[in-house]
Formats: sequence, C-alpha cells, structure tokens
Amino acid sequence: MKKTLLALGALMLLGTAAAAEPLKIGIAAEPYPPFASPDAAGNWVGWEVDFINAVCKAGEMECVITPVAWEGIIPSLSGGQIDAIIASMSITAERMKTIDFSDKYYNTPTVIVASKGSGMTPDAAGMAGKIIGVQVSTIHEAYAQAHFPDAAEIKTYQTTDEGFQDLAAGRIDASQADSIAIDAFLGSDAGMACCEAIGAVADDAAILGAGVGIGLRKGEDELKAKFNAAIAKVLADGTYDAISKPYFASSIYGG
Amino acid sequence: MGTARATQCHRGGNVTAFLQPRRIVLIAIGLALVLWCALSLNWTWLPDYLHLIPLAIWRTIWLTVVTMALGMMLAIPLGLAQAVGPAYLSIPARVYCSIIRGTPLLLQLWLLYYGLGSVFAQFPEIRQSVLWPILRQAWPYAVLALTLSVAGYEGEVMRGAFKGVPNGQLEAARAMGMPRFTIFWRIWLPQAVRRALPTIGGETVLQLKSTPLVATITVVDIYSLAKRVTQDTFIVYEPLLLLALVYMAIAGLIVLLFRWLELRVPSRVA
Amino acid sequence: MELLAWSPPGWGATLVAGLGNTILIALGAYALGLAIGVAGAFGKLYGGLITKDLLAVYTTLVRAVPELVLLLLITFAAKDAINSVLTANGFDPINFSGVAAGIIVLGVVQGAYSTEVLRGAILSVPAGQIEAARAMGMSPSLLARRITLPLMASAAVPGLANLWLTVTKDTALLAVIGFIELTKATSLAAGTTKSFLTFYLAAGVMYLALSLVSVFIFARIEKWARRGQRNATGGAM
Repeated sequence: MKKTLLALGALMLLGTAAAAEPLKIGIAAEPYPPFASPDAAGNWVGWEVDFINAVCKAGEMECVITPVAWEGIIPSLSGGQIDAIIASMSITAERMKTIDFSDKYYNTPTVIVASKGSGMTPDAAGMAGKIIGVQVSTIHEAYAQAHFPDAAEIKTYQTTDEGFQDLAAGRIDASQADSIAIDAFLGSDAGMACCEAIGAVADDAAILGAGVGIGLRKGEDELKAKFNAAIAKVLADGTYDAISKPYFASSIYGG
Repeated sequence: MGTARATQCHRGGNVTAFLQPRRIVLIAIGLALVLWCALSLNWTWLPDYLHLIPLAIWRTIWLTVVTMALGMMLAIPLGLAQAVGPAYLSIPARVYCSIIRGTPLLLQLWLLYYGLGSVFAQFPEIRQSVLWPILRQAWPYAVLALTLSVAGYEGEVMRGAFKGVPNGQLEAARAMGMPRFTIFWRIWLPQAVRRALPTIGGETVLQLKSTPLVATITVVDIYSLAKRVTQDTFIVYEPLLLLALVYMAIAGLIVLLFRWLELRVPSRVA
Repeated sequence: MELLAWSPPGWGATLVAGLGNTILIALGAYALGLAIGVAGAFGKLYGGLITKDLLAVYTTLVRAVPELVLLLLITFAAKDAINSVLTANGFDPINFSGVAAGIIVLGVVQGAYSTEVLRGAILSVPAGQIEAARAMGMSPSLLARRITLPLMASAAVPGLANLWLTVTKDTALLAVIGFIELTKATSLAAGTTKSFLTFYLAAGVMYLALSLVSVFIFARIEKWARRGQRNATGGAM
C-alpha cells in the first residue's frame, strides 16, 4: 500500500492531474507565419495566437498555449495531452473520423506558388513531371497525392516554411499551401526575388475541407458548445475584425 | 585433434543448450504475443501501402550499407593519421572526429540540407551548373551527412585498431625490406580491420538506427512510410510496431552477417 | 551576428534556454539510465535464470530498434497504458510534462546500454578480491559498497562517459516530437528568420562546448576513480 502511494506520489510530481486545470490549447510547434510563429524571446505571436486569446476571453475559459509537433497533434489530442487544437487545421471528412470540430473560424483558398516565369498551371496537366512540396499531414499533401498523379515527386516537409525554402533554393518546382501563408512568403525578400503565385487549385471539398475549425475530442459536446458560442461572440462584437486588421487587408472568414 | 572435436561438439550442442525449458516457455510466450498482435490489432491499412514497403525497406538498407562502406573508406586514412601521422595530419583528423562526435547527427543533417539550401537560394547561378540535378535532390545530402558521421566515429575505432596491431609484425616487415605501401596493404590494414570487426558490426547496427533521421529532410525510407501511414489514417501503434519489427529483422541480419564474417576471417594468434 | 544577441530581436536567450532544457533532460535520463543499469547489471550477473533472459530481451530490443521509433512508441504507448490503468482504477489520468516524457524515454534507452557497461565493469573486478572479502565474512551489501563499486567505477567510467555524450546528443531526437530543446529551438529560430546557416552553426558550437566540457569533467572523474591504482607500466597513476 505504502509503495503504491509512493509511486503515485512520484508520478504526481512528474505530471499533474487532468481535472481542474486550464485548457491546454495545442498549436503547431512549427512556425506558420502570419498565424503563429515564435518571436526572439520565445513567445508565440500571430493572428491565431490573438484569436486564441480572444476566444478564451469571450468564453471565459482559462487557456494555456501548448506547442506540439504538427505531425503528432491529433494523437496528442486523443491521448489527452492537449484539450483543443487551434492550429489552422482544416475541417475534413477524414479527420472527422477521429476527432470533432467546432464551427469554422476562417476559410481561405488553396494556392500554388512556383518559380517566376515557370508558366505552370495549377492543375494536373501543369504539375505533370514537376516536383511539388507540401507540408506533411495536411490537406495540401492529401490533395496533391489525389489530384497530381503525374507529378515527378511530392516532397513532404515538417513545416510549410521548409518547403518554401527549398522552392527558393530551386530544389522543388512548386509548393501548394494556404494563400495567406504564400502571401507571407511572397512578401519576404527571398519570396519576392524567386517566386510567384500561379493561382488557386480547383476546389475539392472532400479533401480541402470546409474551412478551419477548432479540433476537439469526440464526445466533448459541452466544450464544443462553449467554443462555438465564443467564436460567434468574437465574430459578432467586432473583435474578429480588430484582430485581423494588423495582419490582413480583408476578412479571412470566407464563405 | 582433441580441441577440434571439442569445438565441434560445442558448436553442435549450442542450439540444444540454448533451448532449455524456461527458454522454450519464453519463446512460446513471445510467439503468442506476436500472434495476438497479428490477429487483434488494426492491420486494415496494410494492403493500401504494401506496394510501397519493399522500396522503402530497400532505401533503408541501401543507405546503411553505402554510408557504412563510404564512411569506412574515409575512416581508414583518418585513423591512420591519428595513429602515426605527422602533427599536421593528425591534429585536423582529431579535430574532425571531435566535431562529428560532439554534435548531434540531426543537427549535422539539417545544417547540410537547409544550410546549403539557403546558400543555393542566394546564388541562383548554381542551377545552371552540371551538378545541379544531384544537388537538387535530398538523398545526396543524406548520404553525405551519414558518411561524414560514420567517418568521424569509425576514425576513432580505426585509430585504436591501427595502434593495436603488434609492433613486432611491422618491424619484421620493415626488416625484410617491404616497401611502406605493401606493409600497409598486406600487414597493417588487414590486421587492423580484423581487430575492429566486432566493433564495426556494432557500429553498423547503430548506423541502421540513425537512418530514420533522414525522413526529416524528405528522404522516403521505411520510417518515413510508417509516419505517412499514421498521418493518413491516424492509426498510431500498428505502423510503429511493424516498423520496430522491420528494424529488428534488419539488425538481426547485420549481426548474423558480421558473425559469419568473423568466423571466416582467420584470427589465429600464435 | 546580431541574431544571436541575448535580448530580442536576438535569439540568444531562446537558444540558451533550449540548451538548459537539453542539459536538464540529459541529466534526468542519465540518472534514470544509471539506476536501471545498476539493477539490470546485478540482475544479469546474480539474478535468477528467468531474470537473466528477460533482461537479455530488454537490452536486445532496445539496442535493435532505433531511438526515434522507441521514442514515439513509449511516448504514446506508455502514456496511454499508464493512464488507462489509472482510469480503470478510478484515478484521473496524468498529463506527463514534456520533460518527464523525454526523461523516461531516454532513460529507458540509456538503461539498456548502462546495463552492458556496468556488467562489463563488474566482471572486470578481480575475483580474488571478492573471494577474500567473502572469506573475511563481509556481508553482501558491505562487499558491494566497499569492494565492488569502487573497483568497478574505474572500469566503468570510460563507458559511462560515452553514454553521457550519447544522451546529450539523443536529446536532439526530442525535436522531432516537438519538444523545445536546443535543436528544436534552433530550427524554430532558423525557420522564422531564414538564417539557417547562422543558427545551425551556433547550435553546433553549443553542443561542441557541452561535449568538450563533459569530456574534461569525465577525465577528472576517471582520474579520481583510478586513484591508488597502478597504470600499465607499474608506476602510480
């Protein structure tokens, strides 16, 4: 009996009981400007971080931002290491098999960026024989694998930025990502010098999903209702537009 | 005569000596565990990815073997330089081995791939050069980083091996008037390799275990494939278990190969 | 160069914090590995037959499977297993902090290698000394404390030094599961500022410094462990 208590005490020192704790909001531990990236002091800043703070304030929840590797973020949610995913995760049928989503909080088109003057088109014919870069475990990876069967190679990177880096270096011919991330890249020195956006891809709602939502464990209906109410409040009372102003020219809520 | 027969008996009796009752029970439990895993865990994803597995396993094995071979070729001059070389050779060799052994392989991989990549971004003229098709892909960087890593670690091993060859052999060869290169090629190198063989076998297994890191620079080996299955299907354990099994099998093959090599290499000490 | 400065916009403080995390996890994992290694070595040498076989299975498995795969397996499986045991018994599930998970995983891996190093070191203790101690009626614990451990220490130190260097570099693998130690902090800084060469070289220098300091400290430890022993030529150490 004593030994079990001792062991339990030791375990308690290592972690803490799950109940009666602030909500752990999982964000991707990889930089994804302008939504979430670390600054030099190690704090996470960006539109999505501001959004998290606004939603938690509107929902009167105490939140703690917990960076988790993007590749393992869904298993981390299922395993209880985090309580919600607010990491620009698109709502897709495939993901809905494992986790639940709140209402969407933004929706932006998917765009392909390529080297300047490449003359490529964002469809299967244009991508034939080219090397495409996408972030691993994203709708872009699924889309490229489904829609660009003739591509020479589909390279998967840990972060979208690494893909852009290789595009600037000339190692890949094109990269598919969210239009906002691509705008951020094209606004940088390297992006301006090397590349241009060649247009949005044909929509495929099954793969690309219906916008970005908050990922939750299945069965957490109370939490889902809380988040939905908070999102609605943030949209209604103008906080959403106030957050978006410093980052985007127009609203990214989408249709 | 007597020793030969004793050895034979020992070799033949090795297997039956191993399979004592408690071991048979343990092996049976192990097999039951494997059977339970095969039957009750979720393997529905396997047919979809079966056609990708052989290529991925081949890539893993190929990476291990090629980088080990190239690395050993680099390690021999490094070890020699540290064992006998003049200071202007042995000190750079020492520094190189210290740097490689002092920094993580993951960092070396990322430094080579992304660090050089940022250089390419700054100098677009490189794309016109004849090397570009090679510089463009990811596997050359994986091979380079792994080879440099092997050379760094094995340089130390070869240093000890070269120093360990009995001096008398080298002196006798010199007394007989052998040219220096012949001494190296016929006497020193073979004996050093013989001494280092068990360690090199262990290092090959370690090298096999380093190959998963190349998945972070977009080289598709068996680990990368297992991660892809997890990402596509959200099934976490089964791909990892299969992955562990594959690595155990390959490691077992490597150990058997080196045991066979050690038996074939004569190591009679007078 | 100003990217490496201490205060923002320099990333120096973040990198050093990452290095601190690296050292913290390495120390924890090393200590856990040593504890497992001592138990494992004694089990392999003096334990029952089944204990020996089970320990052989443990060390073989850990040495055959890549650390990265073990990391992922233990991170998810061990957490799930412990939490399901707890919930089945009515306790709340525990959330392991990243540091704890890293220490446990790397400690288990280190334990297998430590077992072999310590077993080899114990075997190198001259049998005559142990026999003499037993003949004099020393109890097993007194024997272990006064004879075995001090003599074994000098043989174990080189192997243990290698294991320390290994664990400091294995912490880099935690970057792949997103834990912010030095390699991950470097990757974040490099990805955000696009200055890959600068940051990776800086991280390399930091790891090198750590390894050089460690080698120096272990050389002193080995000298202390070998005090009073004669070296190969018969002179004092």
